[in-house]
Formats: sequence, C-alpha cells, structure tokens
Amino acid sequence: MIRESTLNAALLILLLAVPLAALLLDEPFIITLATRAVIFAIAGVGLNLALGFGGLVSLGHAAFFGIGGYAMGILAYHAQTFTPIMEWPFVIQGTKAMPVIWLTAVVASAIAALGIGVLSLRTTGIYFIMITLAFGQMLFFFTISWPAYGGEDGLSIYVRNGFAGLNTMDPITFFAICYGLLLAVLWLVSRIARSPFGLALGAARQNEARIQAVGQRPFTLYLVAFTISGAITGLAGALFADLNRFVSPTMFSWQTSGEIMVFVILGGVGRVFGPVAGAAMFIFLEHVLGGLSEFWHIYLGAILLGIVLFARGGLIGLVSGREVADD
Amino acid sequence: MTDPILETRGISKNFGALVASKDITLDLRRGEIHALIGPNGAGKSTLIQQIAGALRPDGGRIMLSGEDVTPLGTAARARKGMGRTFQISSLAMEYTVLQNALLGALGQRGDVFRFFRPVARDAQLREAAETALARVGLSDMHHMRTAELSHGQRRQLEVAVALTLQPRVFLMDEPMAGLGTEGTTQMVGFLDGLRAEAPILLIEHDMDAVFALADRISVLVYGEVIATGTAAEIRANPRVREAYLGEEAAI
Amino acid sequence: MPLLLLIEQILNGLQFGVMLFLMAAGLTLVFGVMGLINLAHGSLYMIGAFAAAATAAATGSFLLALVASLTAAAIAGVIVEMTVMRRLYDRDHLDQVLATFALILIFSEGTRWLFGSFPLYLDTPGWLSGSTVLPFGITYPKYRLAIILVGLAVAMGLFAMIARTRIGIQIRAGENDRETVGALGVNIARLYTLVFALGAALAGFAGALIGAIQSVQVGMGEPVLILAFVVIVIGGIGSIKGAFVGAILVGLTDTLGRSLLPVLFGLFMDTSSATTIGSSLASMSIYILMAAVLIFRPRGLFGTA
Repeated sequence: MIRESTLNAALLILLLAVPLAALLLDEPFIITLATRAVIFAIAGVGLNLALGFGGLVSLGHAAFFGIGGYAMGILAYHAQTFTPIMEWPFVIQGTKAMPVIWLTAVVASAIAALGIGVLSLRTTGIYFIMITLAFGQMLFFFTISWPAYGGEDGLSIYVRNGFAGLNTMDPITFFAICYGLLLAVLWLVSRIARSPFGLALGAARQNEARIQAVGQRPFTLYLVAFTISGAITGLAGALFADLNRFVSPTMFSWQTSGEIMVFVILGGVGRVFGPVAGAAMFIFLEHVLGGLSEFWHIYLGAILLGIVLFARGGLIGLVSGREVADD
Repeated sequence: MTDPILETRGISKNFGALVASKDITLDLRRGEIHALIGPNGAGKSTLIQQIAGALRPDGGRIMLSGEDVTPLGTAARARKGMGRTFQISSLAMEYTVLQNALLGALGQRGDVFRFFRPVARDAQLREAAETALARVGLSDMHHMRTAELSHGQRRQLEVAVALTLQPRVFLMDEPMAGLGTEGTTQMVGFLDGLRAEAPILLIEHDMDAVFALADRISVLVYGEVIATGTAAEIRANPRVREAYLGEEAAI
Repeated sequence: MPLLLLIEQILNGLQFGVMLFLMAAGLTLVFGVMGLINLAHGSLYMIGAFAAAATAAATGSFLLALVASLTAAAIAGVIVEMTVMRRLYDRDHLDQVLATFALILIFSEGTRWLFGSFPLYLDTPGWLSGSTVLPFGITYPKYRLAIILVGLAVAMGLFAMIARTRIGIQIRAGENDRETVGALGVNIARLYTLVFALGAALAGFAGALIGAIQSVQVGMGEPVLILAFVVIVIGGIGSIKGAFVGAILVGLTDTLGRSLLPVLFGLFMDTSSATTIGSSLASMSIYILMAAVLIFRPRGLFGTA
C-alpha cells in the first residue's frame, strides 16, 4: 500500500506532466482535456467540502457551477458588446479581466450558496438532496426562459478573458492558470480540513449530538461549509466557461450536479485530493472509452457502479488502503 | 446555604398519555453530587434531556446560575456551562480519542470559526485535551480511533470531553455503565474529587456507586420525584422502599 | 382568459398530475418500504415507452403495446432489484444516488445502442383520437381524457390494494418497521422485489401513455423523474396519499402557471416583458412550490415527523 501523501503528490505531478508532454508532442487537444480535468477537480474539491467533510449530499452544485459560468458570461458579454451591465443607480461595465471575473463568480456563488443553504439546511437526508436539486433546477429553467443572455442557446464569448498580459488563448498558459488555482484551492481546503472549523464540521457530520454538547450548532457549521463549497464550485464554473468561451443553461442541469458528485465519489469522499483523482479519472475514461465505443457511457456507468458497490473508499482509498485520513 | 447552580422549577412533559415528567423541582448546589435514581422508564433520561435542551418541556423552567435557560437550545446551554455525558456514548466515532477531546477544548474556547491554523499545532488546545484525557486514564490512547474503544473507555472519553468544557455543572447519564468493577471503583474515586470543581447531576443504576457518592438523592417514579434527601434519609423513606427499593431489598 | 379555456387548462393539469402520480407512486413506495432513492426510476419509464413503441410498430395494437410496457418495465425492475438494488438498501443515500445515477447511464446508452438516437413515435389508437364533448360544452381530446380516467382508476386500485390486501398490509408494516415484518414471517426479499416491480410497472405504463402524446426517445425519463421527485418530496416521502396530492398540485401548478402567469403579468406590464417574466416564473413555479413546502414543512405535506 502507498502512503496517501505520496499518492497525492504523484497525482499532482501527473496532472502537470501530461499537458507538458502534450506540449512537446504538439497535441493541444490533450492540453485542453487536462485543463478540463483541472477545472472539474476544482468543482469537485468545492463540493467535497460540503459532501465529504460536512456530509451534506448536495445534488444542486450545478447551481454554483452555473452561476460562476454566467458571472463570466455576463461580464465578458457586456465587455465585448461595449454595453454597461446597469446604468442606475450607478454604472457597472463588463470586463475581460480574469481576476475580476473570478472574484465576481466566487462572491456571487457564495451569496447564492448562503441563501440556498439557509433554506435547504432546514431539511435533512433525502429532503436535503431534493431541495438542493430543486434550487438547481430553478436556476436551470430560469436561464432557459430568460432571453436577455441567450436563453436556451447560451452566450458565446469570442476571445478568452485576459490575465496579467498573458496570452490566455495559448492552451498551456490557460492550463497553467487553472492548475495554479487548483493548487490554491487544494491548499485552502487542506488547511480548512485541519483547522478548528474542519474538526468541528467533521464532528457534526459524525454525531450532531456531540457537537451540540460542546456548544456548537451544526446548522451554522453546515451553512459556512456549504457557502465556501459553493464559492469554490462557482470559481470552477467561471474557468469552465472561459475554457469553452461559451456558457449555456446546461451548466445548471442536474446532470452537471451528478457529474461533479461523481468526481468526488470516484476519487474518494472526504479526502482533500479525492476529487482531483476522480476528475482526472473521469476525463481519462471519457477520452479512452469514448475512443473505444460511441456508447462509452455504458462502460462509465458499469465502472461507477462497480466502485460504489465494491470499492467504498474510491480510487485513493483503493490504492492507499485506508478508509479515511487521520488527524 | 449557597444558591443552587442548577434548578428545575416545575418541569412537566407528556408524550401523549404518558407522563414522562410531572412537576419536577430539583436543584444542584455547589460542591455536591445529586443523584437521580428510579426504576427503568421512570423518566430520568427524559429529564436530563430537558435539562440539557434536547427536549423542550411542556411546562416549567430551567435555571442555570439564576438565569432562565429554558428557551435556549442544546448548544447554547452547553456554552453557558452544562457539561453533559450521554447514556449511549455520543462521540465522533471516526475521530481519534485526542480529536474528540480537542473538540471539547475547542468548544470551551469558543473559537470554532477559524479556518487556517491547524488544530494539532495549537499548544493550548492540545494541553487542555491531553490533561483531560490523562485525568480519566486515557493517556495511552491518544491516537486510537474512537470506534475501536471498549464501552468503558468510551464512557471515560465522554467524561474527558465534558472536562475539557470546564462546565459549571456536569450532567452525567450513567457514566459507570459498562465499566466493570475496577473501572467503576476508579470512576467513583474520580467523580468524588470532581464535585469540588463543579457539581454533578448523576443518573446511575449502580446503587453502590450512588450511595457511596451522592450528597443527596432524588427518587423518580413514573415521572414524579417522590423523595429527595441524603442517602440515609432515602434508605429510611417508606415511600421509596415501597415504590422502588422493595424490589432491590439488598440495599 | 375565457372560462372554457381555463377549464381545459385545468384538465390538462389534471392529466399531467395523474401521469406524475404513476411515476411518483413507485418512487415513494420504494423509498417508504426499502429506504432507497432510485434515480433510475426514469429509465423504467423510458423502457416502458420504448417497449410500447416497438410493440405497436410490430403488431399495430395499442392495447398490446400497453401490456408490453407494463411487462418490460416490471421485468427490468425485477432484474435491477435482484442484481443491484438489494445491495444498496443498507447503504447511505450518497451511495444510492451514485449507483442509480450509474444505472441511468447504462440504461440510456443501452437503449440508444438498441434503438438509435432518433425518436420513435407511438400513435394513439383510432378509437381514442379526436375530441369529445363534455358537459357545459367543453371539447377535450379523448386520449387525454382517457389518461385522466385510467390514471385515477390506477390510483384508486393502488389505494385499495394498500388498504385491503395482504400485500398492502405487508407494505404498510414494512414502512413502519422492517424488523416487525421479518418477525411476522414475511419473505422480505420477495416483498421488496415485488414492490420494486410494481413501481417499475407503473413507471413503464406512464411512459407508454405519455409516449403517445410526446415522442419516445432516450433521455425522456429524466425530466419526468425530477418532477416525480418534486412530487414525492412535496407530498412527504413514503406516503401514497402525499404522492397523489403532490402530483395533482404539481400538475396543476405547472400547467396553469404556464398559461396564466403571462396573462397575469400582462395586466400591469407590456406584453413582451409579461411573456418573458411570466414564462420564466412559470418554468420555475413547481420548484418554488417545492422549496416553499419544504421550508414550512421540512418533511413534506403528509410526511411523518
């Protein structure tokens, strides 16, 4: 059995090595795939904070992924059409600057997560799963029927947004930006996992009576976790939109929520690096199985089913042989 | 006489037709162990749940240091100084013994919403947690997973977590259960000293332990307190003998 | 809006609601008795629709097509229950969500592989095409009216079955306490398979009935599945009565929202923005309804505390 930390390091190196090799071999498509994996990993790391550490099974994280996506779409759309987003009571212009877009995506999805969390966390179990799903669907149908930003057709952005004078249209540059953000998010979440808050959140998941007996309300812990979780997934949404230079209501669909959940479970719930392994595996399977057969979802489904039924610790658990990380 | 630290005033609770608590008035004074005894189903756990805030009484009030805490929830009462141990061990089972104790120390300090500084590197927290574990005799087991502890060890850990909270009162629901003879003797010795730190409201089935420890005993039968007094008074009380001790004449 | 049009919309809402009930009944039974969240319930709906379309194409008989939908979905249900679901009953919700999500992938792609990506069509039989005149001079499509009647009949049959029959008693006992059912000497494994097959058959039946109104295609199950979940969550999970009330409520809200909200907003704003806002709000209306119900009753209308 391999130590989990060694495995995590290997995973990060692999995720960096693949696009670099692709750069040498002049395979830009592989770089794009790796970028997708990195972005999905960020989304999964976000969901994992709520799902893995807080035990909050949210089937509505597409809401935050989509809000992040539309934050990018709306800001960039107004910048490319030279129209202000609003003129009253003060003028807000669109922008093509990534940092501003990221910040907007993070703040907007954090606010949405806070609101959805306050309402949803009144429920537990399957009701929580379903109410988060409902909020995702609400936004999905709202974007479909709201014509201002493309409705069902979505919004196309002609040129990728800019970051500190770099050529972001160059695949490897954009990959590097996303990879850097993934590292930052992983650092953040691993700090949170070891922090007082992380300790209390995990205790709330395991035993609500216990956390109450030491004077903390589970609700507050869950709400904070859900908000941070939504914000991180929102950041991933903004990056995903930038990768495709396109946003559409699909980002809000419940299948998106399901897929983000798949990244988390595939890698191993409650492990900081789990979603990275899960997202990388997902993209790898998509690419390899997709090459084998037009009907690759069958194989993906079978693999997923096998993992749920027979390998409960996910990929990292399978290789490192430990159920949950200690201390 | 000192003012009571914890008081229940006319607590009542019904579950449908079942009277679980009937006008219960009790108090807990500085430095004492007040034991609550009664046959199974007398409503002891229901009462302690109402005191701790997990159940809302239908009527009556609960006072902590003269403050009415009846409207508060469990977490708020814990912050006000109620240190509770559970009848059925209620610990974070995936965590290590040390992590559970750290949780209590963290709750006592009250700054849970810190996101960056690792708990493990917080010397102050560690010291509080390790001290509490040492006091209950779990020093050697810091890194043992809680799920792997024996029932008795879980009881000890429950008490250790309550200690880290530095509460004003301890509410202990059967802390001796599953401890075995030697463990019980140790726990009796430990609780004997603990009452100087904070008074203990003790529910316990082990009558030897109760009579060895309790300054006062209240007897609960069918949700009603039929007697309160010293061990000698309770032993001599004819109603208690009739209603409860009759079956266990050995006492 | 003219009254007749309103009545027609109410009937449409009822028809939609009755269909949702057929879907929701199985979901809520499976959750109530076995504690299982089954996302793949929509796949059973799809299987029913495809079986019906294929049978109708081969035999030309609509009734045979309905029988095929019931049979195919029930058989698929039994197979899935015996191979996958029974390993999930004791798992947490997360594992259930994921495993049944995986089943959706398998079923959808499997169906695409068998039937291709193009939609199939299932025609309504001649004797149910056209419209009929109801009292007060309301004309209404015969087929939709038939769906309402059949749906109500199935609902009544289901209520009677649960209230009166032996299997119904076992189901109710199973909802309350699994161990008791075992102690009563009921073969639990068989009861579970039966309940699952029953739910599957109802879903397949709904798929066939709707298949004649809409097209039969891969992915048709998921939107209905989500709505069925909304229904059972509003009604209170595990409650058949809740599923019925929830289904009718969702059916009416959705249908009336789509027709009334644009008109309503038109009263105080210009037509184009009224249409925009009205239809946006209408498409979200059932989710708003669900969120509202859960906020005030976190366990649904008929959920047990």
